[in-house]
This record gives sequence, structure tokens and C-alpha cells, in this order.
Amino acid sequence: MSDSVPIDHALLLSAALFALGTLGVFLRRHLITIVMSIELMLNAANLAFIAFSRSHGTIDGQILVFFVMTVAAAEAAVGLAIIIALDRIKRSIDVDAFDWMKW
Amino acid sequence: MEAILFYGLAALAVVAAIAVVAQPNPVTSALALIVTLCCLSGIFGLLGSPFIAALQIVVYAGAIMVLFLFVLMLLNVEPERSPSGPRLALVAGALAATLAAQVGWVLLQTDRGTGVAGFHVRTRQMAMILFSPEGRFLYAFEMVGVLILAALVGAIVLSREDLP
Repeated sequence: MSDSVPIDHALLLSAALFALGTLGVFLRRHLITIVMSIELMLNAANLAFIAFSRSHGTIDGQILVFFVMTVAAAEAAVGLAIIIALDRIKRSIDVDAFDWMKW
Repeated sequence: MEAILFYGLAALAVVAAIAVVAQPNPVTSALALIVTLCCLSGIFGLLGSPFIAALQIVVYAGAIMVLFLFVLMLLNVEPERSPSGPRLALVAGALAATLAAQVGWVLLQTDRGTGVAGFHVRTRQMAMILFSPEGRFLYAFEMVGVLILAALVGAIVLSREDLP
């Protein structure tokens, strides 16, 4: 491979960042940090797209990253609006405060 | 040179991502996430996509993270008082490590092509694919515009004071 940046290591970085994002979703108790962890996972997926786009020499991966970014922006806007609404109801954004649907 | 830059940015990205997950203050988490996103932007640039790198700074580090910080300030969020217990942390860490190993293994099994020397996508090429009527992505692009509009309306409705 005639690359100065090793694609394999970029892919491994992507896997590591994705796992750290899931760890955040497991461990954190604030809704807003959980949404941040999801953003981290989306970025890890974007990195894999860019790395594959480079190693295959095609542009499609980058187009897909463009769409992922716009969808992530929409998701962040709606998610944060939901968090504001939940905070208005319970005066807390701790996940343990929201157990209405727990059986 | 590029390899040194890549490993430096990658190490900083991982350290900042650990800081996002591991410390209790949400504002610090947001700032650490901005560091991670900026490092990823540099890596995108090194991997031959300067347009996506610029978009990463403008959209993610600029717009989305400002929105996060704005909400954090608006709600006056306290640091987490009830951190998850050590047992949950152990189980979650084991699960995440397994996930990282599996995802890494699968990514390394897939066909990674042969690599293209001097691969570099210009903004003009992106625009030609996204906007030309013969391109495959024109309708998807228009649909994304509709999605953004729907998200805008949804966010306004959801955050209203007199939510039903």
C-alpha cells in the first residue's frame, strides 16, 4: 500500500472510539452526556467511512459521511429539545428519574 | 511526517474520548468531545478529504457542540451525583472491550482495496456528485433538506413551554 497513513490503524481507531461511545452510554447517568456519547459513536462510523473511501479510491464514502453529519445535526436538535422538555417536567436530567415506562 | 501527525491526533482523540466518558462534569465532557472532534477533523484531512474536515469543524465543533453547551448552561446541569457502581463499570468495560475487539476484527477482515496514492477529493467533485441532476444523490440531498426542516419544527414544538 502506497499510503503514509495506515488504513488499518485508522479502522482500529474507529473501533476504539465506537467502543468508548458505547461505554459512555452504559455508564453515564445524565441524558445529555448519553447523547454526546452517541455523537461520538457516529463520528467513529464516519472515520471508518472516510478510511474505506480512501483505501478504495472512491468518493461515495465521503458523500455518505455528509449525509450522516446532517442526520446527526437533526438528531442533536430534536434530542436536546426532548431533554429540555424532560427537564421541565422532572427538574432533573438523570436517567434514573425517568422510570415511568418501567414495569 | 503524515504518519507522526496521524498517530499524535489519534492518541489525543482517544485520550479526549476517555475524558468524555470517565469524568463526572457534563461541561468538561462537552469540551473534551470538541477536542476529539477537532482531532478527527485533522485525521479526515490527512485521509484526503479536506471538505469533510472543514464540515466537521463547522457543523460538529461549531454548531452541534455549541448547541450542547447552550443546553448545558440553560439547564444549569450539576456534575453527576450518583456515578455508576464499580461492578457496573467492570461489566460495561468488559462489554465495550469485547465490542471494540469484534468491530476491529470485522473491519480488518473486510476488503480494504489496494489503496490509492495521493487520493484527494476536491470540494468541486463532491458538489458535482451532490448537485448534478445525473448524480445519484440529488434526491437524497433534497430529502435531507426536508429532514432538517422537520427537525427544526420538531425542536421548536418539543421545547415549547406549554407542551401538551
